[in-house]
Amino acid sequence: MAAGGANGTTIRAVRDRSAKLAARGVVIEYWLARFDKLFTAVDGVDLEVGDGEFVAIVGPSGCGKTTFLNAVDGLIPIAAGSLTLDGREITAPGRDRAVVFQQPGLLPWRTVLGNVIFGVEAQGTMPMREATERAQQQIELVGLKGFEDAYPLELSGGMQQRVNLARALLTDPEMLLLDEPFAALDAQTREMMQLELLKIWNATRKTALFITHDIKEAIYLADRVIVFTKRPGRVKLSMDIDIPRPRGLRVKRDPKFVGYEDQIWESIQEELAGPAERLLAGMPA
Amino acid sequence: MSVKEADRILPVTAGETGLRERRSVVKPGRLKRYEPLAIGIASVTFVLTVWQLVANARFVPVLFLPGPSDTAEAFVKLFQQGDIWLDMATSGQEIVIGYGGALVVGLVVGLLMGWYTRFQYALDPFVNFFYSTPRIVLVPLFIIWFGIDMPSKIAVIFLGALFPVIINTMAGVRNTEAALLRVARSFGASDALIFRRVVLPGAVPFILTGFRLGVGHALTGVVVAELIAARHGVGQLIAIAGQTFQTPKMFAGVILIAGTGMLLTTVLQRIENRFQNWRPQIRR
Repeated sequence: MAAGGANGTTIRAVRDRSAKLAARGVVIEYWLARFDKLFTAVDGVDLEVGDGEFVAIVGPSGCGKTTFLNAVDGLIPIAAGSLTLDGREITAPGRDRAVVFQQPGLLPWRTVLGNVIFGVEAQGTMPMREATERAQQQIELVGLKGFEDAYPLELSGGMQQRVNLARALLTDPEMLLLDEPFAALDAQTREMMQLELLKIWNATRKTALFITHDIKEAIYLADRVIVFTKRPGRVKLSMDIDIPRPRGLRVKRDPKFVGYEDQIWESIQEELAGPAERLLAGMPA
Repeated sequence: MSVKEADRILPVTAGETGLRERRSVVKPGRLKRYEPLAIGIASVTFVLTVWQLVANARFVPVLFLPGPSDTAEAFVKLFQQGDIWLDMATSGQEIVIGYGGALVVGLVVGLLMGWYTRFQYALDPFVNFFYSTPRIVLVPLFIIWFGIDMPSKIAVIFLGALFPVIINTMAGVRNTEAALLRVARSFGASDALIFRRVVLPGAVPFILTGFRLGVGHALTGVVVAELIAARHGVGQLIAIAGQTFQTPKMFAGVILIAGTGMLLTTVLQRIENRFQNWRPQIRR
């Protein structure tokens, strides 16, 4: 069921499910030194993510979706509103969240095993012996068995992202934050990684917040897709994806899937009209 | 092309599975492995031969151009006389103390300057001042302060090697990839852990480059300082040999210094390679 709204109004993507993550009127500002100016990246985001729910956020590039994710991770502060996980205010990175980054961010001098362990090592929560044992399981889960001793520079982009994912999973977070993890991969690898991610997610059912600019990817993966307006970002649309799981890649050609895609695309397109297009159409800038 | 060679390059059939794999990369043979060494030896031999021939022709007297055999002879004589041991011990001690001190102090100061921005702001003017000053001009001052014996030489070597080490170490810390820092922070890593596990390992290649640059500065420092004024030392030996027109002896001294430099640089290069085994090999 789609909860759409007229252009320009704020939609509260708030559900009645037991909320894991709750954002209320979140405003995020940052100082742009080059322009000596304060920018508002996100302006009044209201959304909730239920326990075990997979939510994807899409939006025009530069709409503040990654910024929002960084705030959920606790890497950047919010200027106004409230952001809570399990009812606790988010102020700093914590053990209850783990990020799968767009850039793999692997230590080049460490092997796959060493990199997978790095997350728990940084958290300092797990004895190294236990971490090594459980890392082996995660490596197997993400399909990297046999590559434990390989160095990142010897791996393909897709394999590096698997390491990135395994590192996050090993910390066993309450909530998994994924920041365009497949954006830098080629089209085929990306599809395979989406399939694999769903398999892994089906096994763990962790609450997940997935940022992407790829509408198909969002629909394919998520229980619910949220569309952000252009900067400053706000929730424009929240759409439930009523496609049964497990989902094969074939589902992407399903008429229902295409229908979702059309609606979301329309919604984003309204936001895409840039100053040049507005000028041509005789609209005020 | 022999049959054997052709076998190594052509597609190999993997027996029962029926799969074929093409081996485009052939494991380098023994000859290939020793190629750099062989070519190096050949080119050095060639240059020595030409040098010897030119010297033998005696277009100019030995005073101007001693041949390799003259130099070798002087080298042997040098070690028979025994003074050389005192000279080498003197210069050696100066280098060990001066260069060793520069490594330790430079590493610590460089890491601090890289890690604490305010520390860098405070020390930057001095580092820039001393780095852009030829440290050799300070030799007369050091002789006034510390006398003509070892301490003044140690000071010159120390200052010479210190700044390349500081600057490179600092650059290494500063060059830590932002993405890695973000990952570490996101997992809640403490500053100490970030420093030990992310920043320091990443800075190693820079630090070792600083060490290697320092070798050159240290050797220049010891020779030039001894040229100006000293009682013993290899630099002093070269100076006296030059002033007394013993050109072959001078050449022998120069080779001694150059050999030390090559040795130190090779050792550091080996250490650096050891730290870089994670980098895919492009050529070897």
